[in-house]
Order: sequence, then structure tokens, then C-alpha cells
Amino acid sequence: MAGTIFFYTLAVVLIASAIGVITSRNPVHAVLFLVLSFVTSSVLWLLLEAEFLAVVLVLVYVGAVMVLFLFVVMMLDVNVAQLREGFTRYAWLGAIVAAVLAAELLAVIWWRPEGLPMAATITPRPADYSNTEMLGIVLYTEHLYAFELAAFILLLAIVAAIVLTMRRRPGLKVQDIAAQVAVRSEDRVRLVKMKAERDQ
Amino acid sequence: MITLGHYLTLSALLFVISIAGIFLNRKNVILLLMCVELLLLAVNFNFIAFSRYLNDPTGQVFVFFILTVAAAEAAIGLAILVVLFRARRSINVQELDVLKG
Repeated sequence: MAGTIFFYTLAVVLIASAIGVITSRNPVHAVLFLVLSFVTSSVLWLLLEAEFLAVVLVLVYVGAVMVLFLFVVMMLDVNVAQLREGFTRYAWLGAIVAAVLAAELLAVIWWRPEGLPMAATITPRPADYSNTEMLGIVLYTEHLYAFELAAFILLLAIVAAIVLTMRRRPGLKVQDIAAQVAVRSEDRVRLVKMKAERDQ
Repeated sequence: MITLGHYLTLSALLFVISIAGIFLNRKNVILLLMCVELLLLAVNFNFIAFSRYLNDPTGQVFVFFILTVAAAEAAIGLAILVVLFRARRSINVQELDVLKG
């Protein structure tokens, strides 16, 4: 019973914060609402006994990606009023699409859930069961190649982000280390042969 | 008790809200990216719920990879956004018509 109340409370918070993300006037508030929805869903994942992913969601998403979003939102001098102009012009279209999509999804879930254990309830895992260990066993055996590929994608993201945002401004006075190292004595010193001059 | 249907309904609602958010914030690239993050969260919710109720750890491995790719996507997307803002002094989607597409 306590689990049910807990689930409904968290679900309400999650839906409310998602609505806050899409409707808030200030982008910083939207990012903070998104943080709230990530934290709430991480608690819901704990209810589903996916402990490792719940912690990863908080660490990676709230800790890294959302901070990145917050940095970008605060660094860019965005004219919010101009972007909000005509905010509700296509709201009717959005509402129609959302309603149709919701009807379809809920129909699939509640009306014809073919072959899905819709009424099943979960029994809690024993105390010595380790979600991380189970995930690790599967990840490093069956899905090893996908794991390596994921590592490569992260490397690619690092390189792409650095290359995209690095800029060379002309007229900046910086040392060119390669040119300094490559210089030879002939480039700097010119030996001139001339007759010795005599004091008169 | 909470069944699979409850979790799937919650994630469906989350998905629908973020679709509506894409319609509402169609001018602001930052908010569009945030709505995409919310969509991915809804999908991850489905995977975790199925993984638990069908007793199959592969669903959680999928979520692991989705989180990885989404983090990479967010990093590159925000880098493109910063470069775009430097060049155009604006992040309005309607002004991004250089290619006249």
C-alpha cells in the first residue's frame, strides 16, 4: 500500500515537472524542472529495482548533462521574449497531436496488451541480489561489442564538441611553439664578411 | 499494487507531454533539445519497466546505451548551438534558413 501511494505521488511530481519544462517562461526554470523530473524518475527506477541505472541517471544526467544545459542557457544572451512570441499559435495542433498519440498509446497499453503480463505484480528481490552485478555480467559478455562502440561514441562526442567550439581569432598574440622549435640558426643570424676597419 | 500498465501509462503521458512541448517551443533550440531529453527519458522508462516485469536484464543494458548516446548527443548538440549563436547572435529556429530548405 505504501508503495502504491509512493508511486502515485512520484508520478504526479514527474508529470507536473514535465509540464513545467515545456511551459515555463524562463529557460533556467525549464532546466531546473527537467532536473526535478530526472531526479523523480530516478526514484521511480529505484522502485523498479534498477538501482545502478537510477544512480547513473542522477550522476550522468543531473550531474553532467543538465549542468551543461544550464551553462549554455546562462552563457548565451538569448532574447526570450522574441522566442516566446507566438507561443500558443500552434498549441491547438500540438494538443491534437498529443491527444491522438495519447489515445493510441493508452489503447495499446490497456485495450490490446497482447502477450504482456499486464496484471502481474513484482515480488521484491532478495537482499543479497545485486543489480549492478547482474548488469555487469550481461554487459561484459553478451553486449561487449556494443559496449566498446558506446565508448567510441563518447570519444567521438568529446572530439566533436572540442573541434566545434574551438576558434582561432586573428590578431591574437600567442606563441607558435612549432615555429619556435623548427627555427634554425641560419634563419636568425646572418654572418657578414667585411674588411676590418682601421682607426685613423 | 502497481502493475506494468501503471508504469507504461506514466511513460506514455511523459512522451505525449514532451511531444506537445516540441510544438509549443518550436522556436527555441535549447528547449527543443530539452524536450528530446524528456522523450528519451520516457522511452527509458518503458525499457526499465519491461525489464523488471519480464525479468530480462537486456532492457537495462538498452537503457545504459541510450543514456550514453543521449549524453553524446546533448554534448554535440549544445556545441553546435554555441557555434550557431556565435555566428548568428540568435537561436531562433525560424532564422536558420541559410540553406533555404
